[in-house]
Amino acid sequence: MKLVVSVSPHIHRDISIPRIIYTVIIALVPAFIWSIYSFGIRALWLVIVSCGVACLTEAIVQILIKKRRTYFDGSAILTGMLLAFNLPVKVPLWIPIVGVIFAIVVAKQAFGGLGYNFINPALAGRAFIVASWPQAMSSLWSAPKFGAISDMNVITNVAPLGVLKMNSGNPAIVSMLNSGESIKNLFLGVYGGTLGEISCLFLLLGGIFLIAMKYIDWRIPLSYIGTVGILMQLFYMFGITPVNGIFHILAGGLFLGAFFMATDYVTSPITREGRWVFGVGCGVITVLIRLWGAQPEGVCFAILIMNCFVPLIERALKPKIFKQIKILS
Amino acid sequence: MQVRTFLGGVRPHSKKITQNNAIEIMPIPKMVVIPLSQHMGIPAKPIVEVKMRVKAGTKIGKIGGEVLSPASWTRIPNRPYEADSRASCNIHSSISGIVKGIEPYFSSSGEKVLSVVIESDGTDEIELYADEAVSPDEIIKRVEDAGIVGMGGRAFPTYIKLTSRKDKSINTIILNVCESEPYLTGDSRLIMEKTREVFEGAKLIMSVEGAKRCCVGIGNNKIKNLWQIKAIAKEFGFYVHILRTKYPQGEEKQLVPVITGRKVPPGGFPFDVGVSVYNISTVYAIYEACKIKKPLIERVITVTGRVKQPKNVQIRVGTLFKDAIEFCGGYSEEPAKIIMGGPMMGIAQADDNVPVIKTTSGILVQSRRDISLYEEYPCIRCGTCVSVCPTGLIPSRIADYVEKNKFDEAKKLYIMDCMECGSCAYICPSKRNLVHLIKYGKIKIK
Repeated sequence: MKLVVSVSPHIHRDISIPRIIYTVIIALVPAFIWSIYSFGIRALWLVIVSCGVACLTEAIVQILIKKRRTYFDGSAILTGMLLAFNLPVKVPLWIPIVGVIFAIVVAKQAFGGLGYNFINPALAGRAFIVASWPQAMSSLWSAPKFGAISDMNVITNVAPLGVLKMNSGNPAIVSMLNSGESIKNLFLGVYGGTLGEISCLFLLLGGIFLIAMKYIDWRIPLSYIGTVGILMQLFYMFGITPVNGIFHILAGGLFLGAFFMATDYVTSPITREGRWVFGVGCGVITVLIRLWGAQPEGVCFAILIMNCFVPLIERALKPKIFKQIKILS
Repeated sequence: MQVRTFLGGVRPHSKKITQNNAIEIMPIPKMVVIPLSQHMGIPAKPIVEVKMRVKAGTKIGKIGGEVLSPASWTRIPNRPYEADSRASCNIHSSISGIVKGIEPYFSSSGEKVLSVVIESDGTDEIELYADEAVSPDEIIKRVEDAGIVGMGGRAFPTYIKLTSRKDKSINTIILNVCESEPYLTGDSRLIMEKTREVFEGAKLIMSVEGAKRCCVGIGNNKIKNLWQIKAIAKEFGFYVHILRTKYPQGEEKQLVPVITGRKVPPGGFPFDVGVSVYNISTVYAIYEACKIKKPLIERVITVTGRVKQPKNVQIRVGTLFKDAIEFCGGYSEEPAKIIMGGPMMGIAQADDNVPVIKTTSGILVQSRRDISLYEEYPCIRCGTCVSVCPTGLIPSRIADYVEKNKFDEAKKLYIMDCMECGSCAYICPSKRNLVHLIKYGKIKIK
């Protein structure tokens, strides 16, 4: 009789890394469909090119350095998808290609591949593009084809945070940004922006789905979005920013960042306490960049900066052993 | 009603297929192999010789070192292991017959230990004690003589536990019937069928420890005649606590705070907060030793998994696994893994020719399609292991340090407080062998 001898446990949960990653991709699909609907078929091509190049780059690198080949485990596809989601629709096709190659080769594989990269590859790729071709990134916003409601005309041509940055002294525009109509459109995603960030509704649905599946931790999105909302509302009340906290939560890439990029396992803390600190830190940096930085949007750089702080956060917050009991009724 | 639970833990599919099977008494096997080390600490010394005739209940191994008195049993803070290493325990023959040999034999604990092989003569004569044990001192003496150990798996000699508690102020004892391991049903069958006997045993323990209160912790998934147990508990003045089914609810350090609200300090024991926890099989063994005058020679185990008729079996200590499986109809599929205990913490066997020992709570047979041989991925730091660890450790980081031979760093992350419940390795999406690495690290540090 031949028996297998191994250390306990002898049963395992039916789950794997590819399954988690593909579930995250599925959670992004509603927002993706919305962006195809509002920006046209070009959005689809951008994402396909981006994902394809990501897989191809990963495969070439893994073959060249003779590592285990895992290019279909979904992580490269997710990186490509998230990077494309961070681009405006009119961007030339070579931009996502260059960005994805940077993300996979420099940010991911150079550090050892999945599990070892210290910054989010998709965001690193985006930061690389923003730093190298700022013109291509900032002036090519496009309004959704059906979003041209008369009042919203001004802000649908440019991303709302950009409008705010340029016109914060103009009371007419500010009051329009603060209006209920503006908030509604921001929530539904009827405005200009990058591919994936516009529809808070669909991103929220995807995020809640992942939280319900227990694939991402609710602490990071909650602390991140909460910090931005509360701080911005306070600054609004003290007159430092002309628009209220809700506008700041819904505008820009906060939902995409908080639910899908700050929660990236590899580049966020693994302890509960660390995740609170990480989320709050992302929120504070986002607020600082949006109010006083040169860029209108700060989500990308906030997450990248906090990624670098993760080892320090984990070192500072030693685990508390023996948890208290939980009472359910 | 308030249902309490601890933070962390996992919920594997319970698969309690033998839940409604009454305990069956297995006929005496042709041969038993009784290891002289079925407990923590020093092995027992053999006091029989080859070709000697023994009865069931004859003492065949006596305490290896000195009998530990409360004064000599010193506790070293944060190091439970040192204190236990001098313990030892008596061993009895479980059948009547002729001693065939005293030789090293593979035990189901995974080690090769000196064992007494006894061939049955078919008569099953039994040697009982002369009288019942009544007073606390008599009870301790009897428990020591009857070779009773903690039958939940830790195998710490119970007489040391009882004596060392006499000077501690214990006010609550807890009967542990959680059985949170999947598949195993022996303990819950025992409380269903032998409720009064078990509660009598608990009364004996309370009289020794001077405890005022007795709580029974039962998982909420399984007991059908709960109202009966509750009624009997009321007669005895015991409290029944229904606990959420979650693994590892049966661990002392999870059970004590959930039932009493008192937190056991890291590195400490339940008695530091005035509580002592007894596995129900141990309590039943104490009852048998004191009232039925029988030493510990048999116990209830669950034979389950890929066998033709999964059963709860009352079985003699030393019965070989293959005989037990034969009694349950044999294998229903080609076995790929035979496990002593439950699937979460059990020990995989290399052979079915190993004996049932005092701490065997079950025999689980897995076939090829049950066992999971996965490709290991690198850790993606998802943190699931952190969220399920009932002790509040960071299993993935401890394992990383062990992998890189950084044992000091692992120690700083409280590797020694890990109880190896296996929740982290069960839940890990990368299928890392976390428990393996942690066990290895502990051995290296010790």
